[in-house]
Amino acid sequence: MKETMPKTDPGALSMSRRGVLAGGAATAAMTSAPAAIAQEAARATAPAPSQPAPTMPVSLEVNGKRQNLTLDTRTTLLDALREHLHLTGTKKGCDHGQCGACTVMVNGVRINSCLSLAVQHQGDKVTTIEGLGTPDKLHPMQAAFVKHDGYQCGYCTPGQICSAVAVLDEIKRGVPSHVQADVSARPQVTNMELRERMSGNICRCGAYSNIAEAMEEVAGVRA
Amino acid sequence: MKAFTYERAKDAQGAARAAAQPGAKFLAGGTNLLDLMKIEVETPAHLVDVQDLGFDKIEETREGGLRIGALVTNTDLAADARVRRDYSVLTRAIVAGASGQLRNKASTAGNLLQRTRCPYFYDTNMACNKRKPGSGCAAIGGYSRQLGVIGVSDKCIATFPGDMAVAMRVLDAYVETIDAGGQRRAIPIADFHRLWGDHPEQDTVLKPGELITAVTLPKPIGGKHFYEKVRDRASYAYALVSVAAVIQPDGTGRVAFGGVAPRPWRVEAAEALLPQGAAAVTARAFQGATPTKDNAFKLPLATRALASVIAQSKA
Repeated sequence: MKETMPKTDPGALSMSRRGVLAGGAATAAMTSAPAAIAQEAARATAPAPSQPAPTMPVSLEVNGKRQNLTLDTRTTLLDALREHLHLTGTKKGCDHGQCGACTVMVNGVRINSCLSLAVQHQGDKVTTIEGLGTPDKLHPMQAAFVKHDGYQCGYCTPGQICSAVAVLDEIKRGVPSHVQADVSARPQVTNMELRERMSGNICRCGAYSNIAEAMEEVAGVRA
Repeated sequence: MKAFTYERAKDAQGAARAAAQPGAKFLAGGTNLLDLMKIEVETPAHLVDVQDLGFDKIEETREGGLRIGALVTNTDLAADARVRRDYSVLTRAIVAGASGQLRNKASTAGNLLQRTRCPYFYDTNMACNKRKPGSGCAAIGGYSRQLGVIGVSDKCIATFPGDMAVAMRVLDAYVETIDAGGQRRAIPIADFHRLWGDHPEQDTVLKPGELITAVTLPKPIGGKHFYEKVRDRASYAYALVSVAAVIQPDGTGRVAFGGVAPRPWRVEAAEALLPQGAAAVTARAFQGATPTKDNAFKLPLATRALASVIAQSKA
């Protein structure tokens, strides 16, 4: 899913949503000048760093494409995707692994990209929402989210969809869950299972029941 | 986040040597460490990434147990067919914790080493002896609903927050390590996490640079396995109280409690009272408890959670 809308004059949309958000942040900063001054003062008293922050080369395969980057070691996988590769479909919500907006798949399993350093993923295969489908050719899970109204504001949606795709695979592979009566049995696609397994993806708009319905449809279960 | 250098260790002893340097830390999954680095509760100058050391397998031991590599993810451990069949208390505990995404990244050793979730430990504006030794404890007299009721001290009332280790405690697991000098040891999990005492900044008995290589489980003990977790949400929340239990057909068994103390709380003299019922067990297990007015509810809650487990074991 791209940030700019397709089938529109690109010139009319030269200001992307991202640009608008950045502009908004600048406005907010101007209105909190005392805080900014305090921050400057704090910076002035802090000892100057003796050397620049360490950087390292990182090679990732993102959505099937090899990407070679040189990154500050502190760069999370999320920031590498968003700020360096400009794949802004993956969202930063809490940045602490609590909300799931940053969910991507690494080597086939879903993780929180905010709680992983890019340098930990040397050579890894990363799939983001941009790698699942395109506006012209939606992934079945994307199409099901649209059909079942599995979102409202849409901010958590890329993470929800990556998680949803991975959850169906986890059930297929027999990964157990908390709601199974017998953890030695194979898990089944039930509404309870989907709700439990999606609990790491928070949706403030509360589209949960529609998300579970979308997942059931993709899994081939009658809702 | 403070700047740091990063290396990928090639062998276990080399990793231990590198991490024994001042300011260095091991990095496995990173789900807890990175979280704490972002708020500068943890400020390592150097990270030693241990992901290439090959500790990602679960093998059978000669004694009929399992040796779980330190880097086996929570998901892979919970999903292992042998664990699900013979040690299902462990599968149940793991899937009761965190979220699917976190369990895919979090490691076995990292789970044991996760730090407390006491809100005062996380808030760098607050006094915390665990974060900054000698600064005091804002949790004592503060908001303590989630915090410890036993084994705590007048320096710190935080809990060990994990689930996996509580199950490992009833299974009498051993934590295998190697240090910078190449010395190996196997630490009974009962001794692995420290009670806070005067030094709440030390969570475990590990020495600087000592690297966990595996967790071993003795041979299966049979019985019915339970992990009952009581929390504020149905999923993805830390335990207020949890009970890991293995109950035998004759009503005897093993019990450990989570969410109540600096370590999984198991009192052998208390579990010997299992045939007399939940109240007898918890009265003994929580003898000498020092709850606050906010968390005193954990004591009756532990009794009720255990009563539920005992009832299920008879069903």
